[in-house]
Amino acid sequence: MEFLRAVVAWLLDPAHWAGSGGIPTRVGEHLLLSGGPLVIAILVALPIGLYIGHTGRGAFLAVNLSNIGRALPSLGILGIFLPITAGLGLGFGVPPTVIALFALAVPPIVTNTFTGIREVDAELIEAGRGMGMRESELLLQVELPLAMPIVLAGLRTSAVQVVATATLGAVLGTGGLGRYIIDGIAQQDDPQLFVGAVIVALLAIATELAFAALQRAAISPGMRHSGQSPAGLDVDAPRPAL
Amino acid sequence: MPDEPLIRLDWIVDNLGEIGRRLGEHIVMTVIAVIIGFVISFALALLVRRYHSLAAPVLAASGVLYTVPSLALFALVLPFTGLSLLSAEIALVSYTVLILVRNVLTGLDSVPPDVSEAAVGMGFTASQRLWRIELPIALPVIVAGLRIATVTTIGLVTVTSLIGQGGLGYLIVTIGINQFFSTAIYVGAILSVALAIGADVALLRIQKALTPWARSRAG
Repeated sequence: MEFLRAVVAWLLDPAHWAGSGGIPTRVGEHLLLSGGPLVIAILVALPIGLYIGHTGRGAFLAVNLSNIGRALPSLGILGIFLPITAGLGLGFGVPPTVIALFALAVPPIVTNTFTGIREVDAELIEAGRGMGMRESELLLQVELPLAMPIVLAGLRTSAVQVVATATLGAVLGTGGLGRYIIDGIAQQDDPQLFVGAVIVALLAIATELAFAALQRAAISPGMRHSGQSPAGLDVDAPRPAL
Repeated sequence: MPDEPLIRLDWIVDNLGEIGRRLGEHIVMTVIAVIIGFVISFALALLVRRYHSLAAPVLAASGVLYTVPSLALFALVLPFTGLSLLSAEIALVSYTVLILVRNVLTGLDSVPPDVSEAAVGMGFTASQRLWRIELPIALPVIVAGLRIATVTTIGLVTVTSLIGQGGLGYLIVTIGINQFFSTAIYVGAILSVALAIGADVALLRIQKALTPWARSRAG
């Protein structure tokens, strides 16, 4: 009970709501730190997944990429890029974290996009071809809409993973919500690390729910009544956000 | 350390004892978490099968908790159990339960109804059906879950170095990142990946040895 009182006191302290270490600033930092790499990863991974899915070239690469990604601990990925960015003179905190988050976000998007496109019924593609559609039209008007639930499941996996792992950036000295946890451990400040943990957990859950809603909203109207449930169609085996 | 090489072999040779000890700690923490997690998941799955109304809440809760970042989960336990192995294992076991409970349930549900009915017809009791029919049939799915849980736990154990534990994370964080020594980072990360792949292959072998009848079907 005493601990809960300390947590509430920490939350009610106005100093924790303003300035560079305040909760709004930390949440903003966290969103920037995860949003940036995620957007870049989408821009890179989506075309690669579409290309592999449409042509069938490089499927081996796509599958193995995601398997290796699964075995590599996120803390290891963060650590691996630190000496490299430092050696190149790029810096210590944000650069290696951003590169690591990008590297973490790419595989699920590539794998899911590729699988989604591959699983489109071959007859539908032939029908499109028979109607005189060009390859790009086939991809964008037939394959992509049908693959959308699986593609978005990949985005969801990546987004949750990135938001979670951005917390570990604090180990390398970035801002974001991981600061509260890392600083809380260092300063033996239990209320601080507890509040940080709760906020970052809520942020991760909110990300998951937001992408789940997006997944439902972005399903092509033609597919809505097919009796398929789009939720949880992630072909990447479930894996907790590290 | 601008002029230092990324990997210093002399450090590795001089510290083989330390590296081996950290690898051992890593394996012990992983094994404890997976075994306890498996026992809890199995009990939970049996409970859910008896009381079907529990299925939805258990699965929903495990789905949501799944997204909680590992560092956050460790931090949520810290105020109560301190910088201890117990804190680390509570969080690790929670993750393995989240993964395994789904797989145990899916595995047991994958038993074809006519097989269960045939067993009933042959006079098997409920517990005989479970141990002699359903469990063997569910084994490939359960082991698949164990593989995911083990590989995931090996990755998560590296994070426990942030709450004062040993393991390969000690090499990555405490020696590597904090003292800015790249050799330790790479040794820790590479051993962690090797351990994950090794454990995955070993579990797959065990599964194939335990289910010879599935060899032609399951990969």
